[in-house]
Amino acid sequence: MIKSELVQIIASKNPHLFQRDVENIVNAIFDEITDALSQGNRVELRGFGAFSVKNRPARAGRNPRTGESVHVEEKWVPFFKTGKELRERLNAD
Amino acid sequence: MSGKTITRADLAEAVYRKVGLSRTESAQLVESVLDEICDAIVRGETVKLSSFATFQVRSKNERIGRNPKTGQEVPILPRKVMTFKASNVLKNKIIDAHKQSRGD
Repeated sequence: MIKSELVQIIASKNPHLFQRDVENIVNAIFDEITDALSQGNRVELRGFGAFSVKNRPARAGRNPRTGESVHVEEKWVPFFKTGKELRERLNAD
Repeated sequence: MSGKTITRADLAEAVYRKVGLSRTESAQLVESVLDEICDAIVRGETVKLSSFATFQVRSKNERIGRNPKTGQEVPILPRKVMTFKASNVLKNKIIDAHKQSRGD
């Protein structure tokens, strides 16, 4: 399923909304999550999962081809932990 | 970095603010978006949300685990897990924002 298909499904279940509105709704949700993570906040959606940001300190890396030592900058990576309910639904059978 | 926790209510508020539906309907739509994504994942579909992330289901084989407290070996049964792969757009936004707030 891609974003446009998600929009279509939601639009077909909400005939009073324009497809354009549904697109804005879906974008508003994921923009809000993106902004929250950018600000270093956590996003917790019970039953679905939780998004957070993990800090990876700078480290000395190595080019695996040449063996040359390179500096890897500090970074912040998004992290997701699947919620309990969804995890259980995935393994229901 | 403020360290708050954002919930469904905040997402509903964002929909209310940006799209102009009632608060009740905004909350219902946030719920149905999450429900449709969950349902697709449970059906085994990959969910691709461009410029955000991809959610995918992976099947894990059985393997032998160990109870770290007792050292006892226990089988970890085959199971399905959901994986999250952030898009480059999302990764870069997060890195840029954190660097900026740190002042470099």
